[in-house]
Amino acid sequence: MSILNKHPQRDSAATEAIGSEELLVTGGHSFSTLTDKVSGIVETQAPPKWYLLFAMAVSGMMVLLGAIGWLVWEGTGVWGLNNPVGWGWAIVNFVFWVGIGHAGTLISAILFLLRQQWRTAINRFAEAMTIFAVICALVFPGIHVGRIWLAYYMFPVPNQMLIWPNFRSPLLWDIFAVGTYFTVSTLFWYVGLIPDLATLRDRATNVRKKVLGFFAMGWRGGNRQWQHYEKAYLMLAGLATPLVLSVHSVVATDFATSMVPGWHTTIFPPYFVAGAVFSGFGMVMTLAIIARKIYGLEDIITVNHLEKMNKIILVTGSMVGYAYMTEFFIAWYSGNEYEFFAFINRALGPYAWAYWIMFLCNVITPQIFWFKKLRRSIPVMFVASIFVNIGMWFERFVITVTSLSRDYLPSSWDYYSPSIWDILTFVGSFGLFFTFFLLFLRFLPMVALSEVKGVMPEADPHHYHLKEGKNGGAK
Amino acid sequence: MSQTLGALARFANPAELIEAAKKIRDAGYKKFDCHSPFPIHGMDDAMGMKRSPLGYIVGGMTLTGATIGMTLQYWVAAVEYPLIISGKPFFSWQAFIIVTFALFVLFGAFGAVLGMFHLNRLPRLHHPVFYSDKFAKVTDDAFYVSIEAEDEQFDEDKIQKFLSSIGGTDIELLAGE
Repeated sequence: MSILNKHPQRDSAATEAIGSEELLVTGGHSFSTLTDKVSGIVETQAPPKWYLLFAMAVSGMMVLLGAIGWLVWEGTGVWGLNNPVGWGWAIVNFVFWVGIGHAGTLISAILFLLRQQWRTAINRFAEAMTIFAVICALVFPGIHVGRIWLAYYMFPVPNQMLIWPNFRSPLLWDIFAVGTYFTVSTLFWYVGLIPDLATLRDRATNVRKKVLGFFAMGWRGGNRQWQHYEKAYLMLAGLATPLVLSVHSVVATDFATSMVPGWHTTIFPPYFVAGAVFSGFGMVMTLAIIARKIYGLEDIITVNHLEKMNKIILVTGSMVGYAYMTEFFIAWYSGNEYEFFAFINRALGPYAWAYWIMFLCNVITPQIFWFKKLRRSIPVMFVASIFVNIGMWFERFVITVTSLSRDYLPSSWDYYSPSIWDILTFVGSFGLFFTFFLLFLRFLPMVALSEVKGVMPEADPHHYHLKEGKNGGAK
Repeated sequence: MSQTLGALARFANPAELIEAAKKIRDAGYKKFDCHSPFPIHGMDDAMGMKRSPLGYIVGGMTLTGATIGMTLQYWVAAVEYPLIISGKPFFSWQAFIIVTFALFVLFGAFGAVLGMFHLNRLPRLHHPVFYSDKFAKVTDDAFYVSIEAEDEQFDEDKIQKFLSSIGGTDIELLAGE
């Protein structure tokens, strides 16, 4: 801000003098052109690419429904599960999707509390991504019980068997943690949407105006409303911050509380959280690069924003790499031969291929972001973000399958391979995710307009006082 | 044309809106509001508003949620369905912290959102300011002041002059149909 005060006449020449580093929104936008840009996306015909992608996504969702239908009809035997690997792709996919969901809340809550104003450009669709990723995640615990009509046993409700769930079990903690996470993320997202829905309402006519008006709840943008609104936003951010850190910690305890070599470690909760943020930012990056290109949002989601996300990917990726090495060290240092074997087996055993895919994608790939040039190169970061997504899926695969397939007794060892239904379910979950995500891009403002306007220099009253004395301010 | 419900005036930018708010406050008006596309820093003081009581609502809700969470688990594990699991006590509260925390956050979040709606009296789909056609710009890039006719000082004749004297433009009286 101090630099801006020296150049209060923010015409295009001044913008260049300040340098694009200082401005979150580039391209000389005013409030009004920003509104036109973002609202225009949902008010006009979708680009042809959208229809193509939507058709693909819906097809994928149909595949998921078909695979679930067959699972319900036939039972969990259609999956590649065996004894001892009783937890296969269902848990891998669950952890994968929940992990992706972590970036949205990190951006909307933690970066909000840390006053990172650049978050405003990406928080809306990162939050949307979170909600849809958690929906995909919740599919898996729902269907993995096989007899899905008994899924209500997971909830503490009175039932005809007169039994109750065991609250000492991390699997039950998961239900509460992920359920709360989904609900709170949705509330947070909706609260953020209200002023922008009002913007769309005020531009619309007829039925569209009525529908948008209903969801905007009669928002008037008065400061008496903003006051409570901002307070609510702050409270939600404060509540969501410990929540986002706790959710993947709880997921980690699903593994860590069991007596399986390679799982029974205290490093799991923080290591899972770092991995979750890492994978989430990978997915945000993939989606952001595509969306800003298709919808021409380069002025709002600038290369500076992407570079900042790449720095987070570098930090969290390095934390994940550090955790991999710590695990190895502790396995050796503990002197526990089962634990040590589990790790040697991961790196050199029958699943070594998966381990090294994971290692290359998660530990080596993000290191390229030490270089500013690579950090600001769109093609490089796009490829890297895909690698991160792949690597983090393999991390969960490696953790789940290598430990289970080689437990204490060599007589019960077995190699696990997925069946076609495992693969179709996983591929189909992407269809579900993108169906929701594309509908979101089509019908809701993908950039948090009121928040982006609020961080523009023109939103600061002091911006005008210095400019000229006649505004009644500096007199 | 029926009775006047309030008055609207437009101001050029956030700085002018803040100055206008101060003058309206000092003139003794109570039922007025400053509308903007985004929250403006310093506006609460300029309008002479009190702190939002939302924190107390959220605080109360979080404690309610935590109490419900721990009580539910106590009742299930120690009263209704006591089972010895891993040799742990029936009321093993340490293991119950996670669910207690989850409900703490869940109730708090509902408190924040529903409490905000209550304090803002939302949803309210109908309001005098919506009678103005120009007011729609307020969610885009316009800055407006509205004074309600219910305010004790509100005088249809003087209000226009007053709003114009503090720098307002596009002044209009709001009237229902």
